[in-house]
Amino acid sequence: MSLVELTQIRKSFGPVEVLKGVSLKVEKGEIVAIIGRSGSGKSTLLRCINGLEQVQAGRILVAGIDVTARNADLNALRERAGMVFQSYNLFPHLDVERNVTLALKLVKKLDREAAGKVARDVVTRVGLAEKLHAYPDELSGGQQQRVAIARSLAMQPALMLFDEITSALDPELVGEVLRVLEGVAKEGMTMMLVTHEMNFAKNVADRVIFMHEGRIHEDGPAREILQTPRTAELGSFLSAVLH
Amino acid sequence: MIREFAGADVVYLLLAARWTVALAIMAMLGGGLLGLVIAALRIVPFKPANWLAILYINLIQGTPLLGQLFIFFFGLPLIGIQVDAWTAAAISLSIYAAAFFGEIWRGALQSVSIRQWEAGASLGLTYGQRLFYVVLPQALRVAVAPTVGFLVQLIKNTSLTALIGFVELTRAGQIISGATFAPLRVYLVVAVVYFVICFSLSQMSRRLERKLHVAR
Ligand SMILES: Nc1ncnc2c1ncn2[C@@H]1O[C@H](COP(=O)(O)OP(=O)(O)OP(=O)(O)O)[C@@H](O)[C@H]1O
Ligand SMILES: [Mg+2]
Repeated sequence: MSLVELTQIRKSFGPVEVLKGVSLKVEKGEIVAIIGRSGSGKSTLLRCINGLEQVQAGRILVAGIDVTARNADLNALRERAGMVFQSYNLFPHLDVERNVTLALKLVKKLDREAAGKVARDVVTRVGLAEKLHAYPDELSGGQQQRVAIARSLAMQPALMLFDEITSALDPELVGEVLRVLEGVAKEGMTMMLVTHEMNFAKNVADRVIFMHEGRIHEDGPAREILQTPRTAELGSFLSAVLH
Repeated sequence: MIREFAGADVVYLLLAARWTVALAIMAMLGGGLLGLVIAALRIVPFKPANWLAILYINLIQGTPLLGQLFIFFFGLPLIGIQVDAWTAAAISLSIYAAAFFGEIWRGALQSVSIRQWEAGASLGLTYGQRLFYVVLPQALRVAVAPTVGFLVQLIKNTSLTALIGFVELTRAGQIISGATFAPLRVYLVVAVVYFVICFSLSQMSRRLERKLHVAR
């Protein structure tokens, strides 16, 4: 069984249908970049996968958990599927260490010491060991985003979802975050990431999905999709973002 | 019989100020608890509950506290429920305070971005954990100043209970002023006592805010 299985999902906001029958399978260890125009439904797709949005039709299975079931245990699901947002969303009242340990203590039931150890490990992995006791507003955007990645990583999810996590950053801070992502990718994490960084998609992703008007318009190996688009829509999208 | 305004009168005023403080504390506790309920009713995703809370808030905020005091003190006995001045004052001040606390705290809760709820959710926290560990601590920081601001108003408003026969600070001032014919000095002392109570409260609030800010 695939780690993620979407079958014909449909999602509307009021009268507007945003996802118009999306089917998709993601295998364990795969790194999938999702690209497409603004409003094509990329964020909505990720948010449906971890249950932040409810679909009107179709089925979503993640790590064996049926997200679309009426009584789905969404908290158990989210423990398995971490998500990092464009706007970091660190908890501003907690320092870096406690941002990471909060869910470890509450959800994973680790004691203080064990949680603290995990926090030090992941924060070191994203290169911020010396910022363990800093508060979010004392960090740059890039550092905050790295902490957000560490916080999600600490939960040891089976799948990580990233929604345009470099889009809010100053250009000179994008690189440090992408390098962290690359590191996570190398360790075999299954990742789905919405991104506008085409070079990153080409070099790090195994697979690229092009969303267009609420549907998956193209889906295939990263280099192939990005170098030889089959449809006019992808062609014009790529020339728009690359130039 | 006219006498001098003396030290004993100041003591009398200070003793009466105990009632002012007691009334305020009563309203803070009763109004605080009820206010939590109102704030909760106001934000739960259930329309009738929201409407009920809005009705309550508009009704209480839109009528004078004095009228509410009279309803409890003079109205309840008419339907056979005997209340003393203390009970009537405690009940109406609590009900009054709850309407304001409810709105202040709802605003504070809603000032915390929906993204904070989502960040908590995406880590697997339950609704209650998101509320208590993520949203409330942030809302608290926002709520301290307006909460204390309202409390200061409330302390001054406790003087209205004089009109149902309660001898608190203002009423005690009236009595002594009547006995000594030294209204200026008497009310000056009364004003100073109010000021000291309210000022120490807002100092405490400032310290609390600073502490919450340091602890983020
Ligand atoms: N909560 C919502 N309520 C109403 N409409 C929404 C909501 N969220 C998204 N939409 C609409 O759904 C459509 C798809 O939005 P979505 O955020 O998934 O697009 P996107 O591909 O992520 O775009 P972008 O690149 O700009 O982030 C848009 O038209 C958007 O306006
Ligand atoms: Mg988006």
